[in-house]
Amino acid sequence: MKIHEYQGKQLLKKFGVTVPRGIHCTTVDDAVKAAETLGGKVWVVKAQIHAGGRGKGGGVKVATSLEKVREYASQILGMQLITHQTGPEGQKVRHLLIEEGADIQHEYYVAALTDRATQSVAMMASYEGGMDIEEVAHKTPEKIVKVFINPLLGLTDAQALELAKGMGMLESSIPQCIDTLKKLYTCYMETDASLAEINPLIHEGDGTVKAIDAKFNFDSNALYRQEEIVAMRDLDEEDADEIEASKFDLAYISLDGNIGCLVNGAGLAMATMDTIKLFGAEPANFLDVGGGATTEKVTEAFKIMLKNTKVKGILVNIFGGIMKCDTIAAGVVAAAKETRLSVPLVVRMKGTNEDLGKQILKDSGLPIISADSMAEAATKIVAAVK
Amino acid sequence: MSIFINKNTRIITQGITGKTGQFHTEKCQEYANGKECFVAGVNPKKAGESIFNIPIYASVKEAAAETGATVSVIYVPPPGAAAAIWEAVEADLDLAICITEGIPVRDMLILRNKMKEKEAKGGKKTLLLGPNCPGLITPDEVKIGIMPGHIHRKGRIGVVSRSGTLTYEAVGQLTEIGLGQSSAVGIGGDPINGLKHIDVMKAFNDDPDTDAVIMIGEIGGPDEAEAAMWCKDNMKKPIVGFIAGVTAPAGKRMGHAGALISGGADTADAKLEIMEACGFTVTRNPSEMAKLLKALL
Repeated sequence: MKIHEYQGKQLLKKFGVTVPRGIHCTTVDDAVKAAETLGGKVWVVKAQIHAGGRGKGGGVKVATSLEKVREYASQILGMQLITHQTGPEGQKVRHLLIEEGADIQHEYYVAALTDRATQSVAMMASYEGGMDIEEVAHKTPEKIVKVFINPLLGLTDAQALELAKGMGMLESSIPQCIDTLKKLYTCYMETDASLAEINPLIHEGDGTVKAIDAKFNFDSNALYRQEEIVAMRDLDEEDADEIEASKFDLAYISLDGNIGCLVNGAGLAMATMDTIKLFGAEPANFLDVGGGATTEKVTEAFKIMLKNTKVKGILVNIFGGIMKCDTIAAGVVAAAKETRLSVPLVVRMKGTNEDLGKQILKDSGLPIISADSMAEAATKIVAAVK
Repeated sequence: MSIFINKNTRIITQGITGKTGQFHTEKCQEYANGKECFVAGVNPKKAGESIFNIPIYASVKEAAAETGATVSVIYVPPPGAAAAIWEAVEADLDLAICITEGIPVRDMLILRNKMKEKEAKGGKKTLLLGPNCPGLITPDEVKIGIMPGHIHRKGRIGVVSRSGTLTYEAVGQLTEIGLGQSSAVGIGGDPINGLKHIDVMKAFNDDPDTDAVIMIGEIGGPDEAEAAMWCKDNMKKPIVGFIAGVTAPAGKRMGHAGALISGGADTADAKLEIMEACGFTVTRNPSEMAKLLKALL
């Protein structure tokens, strides 16, 4: 789960990291009021969407008068902000963050994330903040310093110092930098984050170390114990179909192809998508119905797939284990009838009660094409949609 | 022979009284020597009772002491699952198999480091399989986990995979063309887990009753590449490899900086390339895994 920058900064502040004073708002009038409340002569008007690259897309402006705040707020609120992470259609801006200006002397990069290889929390830092860190990692990996934190020990003083020195932090600001890194680590652990990134972290003219941006991802397995984080969820920023699917405990991701697929198990679902591609077409979605699919669940899965008007055919691939093939077959028949399915449907079933399942499909009187292997199923659906 | 488990293995079920635990314990009991193998359950509130003729103990330690069990299987719900694994580790079991899906990553991080710390201090090493895995099976001997027993057949091919249903797919193909399995192991899909591909490949390499292996992986993480590098220098048996996720959209699950640590080696294409370079027979068509393997024998 992701959150907005203004929410990320609230979290950082709660854990003691210095952030600019700022006010979240959703209207132009409130944006101007926010600037007045903050005072000063310089304000930053920042679009709040979950994707990165907002600055380059025109979603971040520096205003030097209240009139300019109004002008920029009206431009940004409601715009379709296109960045390298939003896709070509962009993301509608519904929230703004109005912040006091910062006296940026240098921009650094800091991030914490879970590292599966070492089974620790990796914290990394770089002198090259403010830009695309993936590019830095690619072109000049030596400019990124990393430490691996044993969660039983936490971020040690030695590690924090290594990061602060490694990122080239202004000598006199190193103590505050170390403090910031430790607080970031605590914040990361206590909120069950899977990524916490500050890009840029800056030092100001007086040496103050400040977080100018905040990006967080959270472990969805831990949301049950993170009420405060769950309250920050913004459904407007998420794919409507994916949200709908999650209500029925279905894992769904829409893709660009024209063959819908419904599979049990994430690995088999990916393998099915790969097979469709191998035989010359593209999958329209990833859809894992999980271990305990009922007729209702399968029907909902069909409805969600068929909402996508690009879908020209459907491939169902089930390996019956605990989930029995006859249960799935009954679900498929009911779903095809309820949705008045008008596109070709290929069903491949294996495992528990396979023969019973195939019989149910046959007896349904529906034009369901049966297949024995994944490859055969893919060949048949690809031929049917051409 | 087989790897990790056989008909002489004695097993404790943690979470035996929950709905999932009950359902699967019954299925495991019905399979091959299950009635003899599943000897204890754990639930502090129901100690002294029994379920399916399996006595319930207050703790793993007590269950192990009373029954001589050395392996535990865990169905405990996510909030308590990491603690349940730790209990099995503290009881010095040989192997803990955690089926539970949805354990917070932070819990697993802390648990894995506690396990490493215990080993570093000279404590007994307990292997962990999973979490979020189907378990493992040695056909015709014992099944520990949620896989459908009837698709398996005893034989000499090893199967290892992160994904449950994809393991069944490989097993189903093998059985269909007349190749049985020595053991089939699901290592689970979670980012922080116990046994990895490399550990299972080592075990298959050492097992005199395994002739060849199907290794199945997925996008994300360095495990498959690590296993492939080890196999290149050490593995004496032919391997068929498949990686799921060639069509998976990049960055959908991984955060912005997620790919940073492991670089570009996360993709299915990169992994397939490494596996091929390390001597695996790789395929992009998951329907032909068993057929390819048969050709190697």
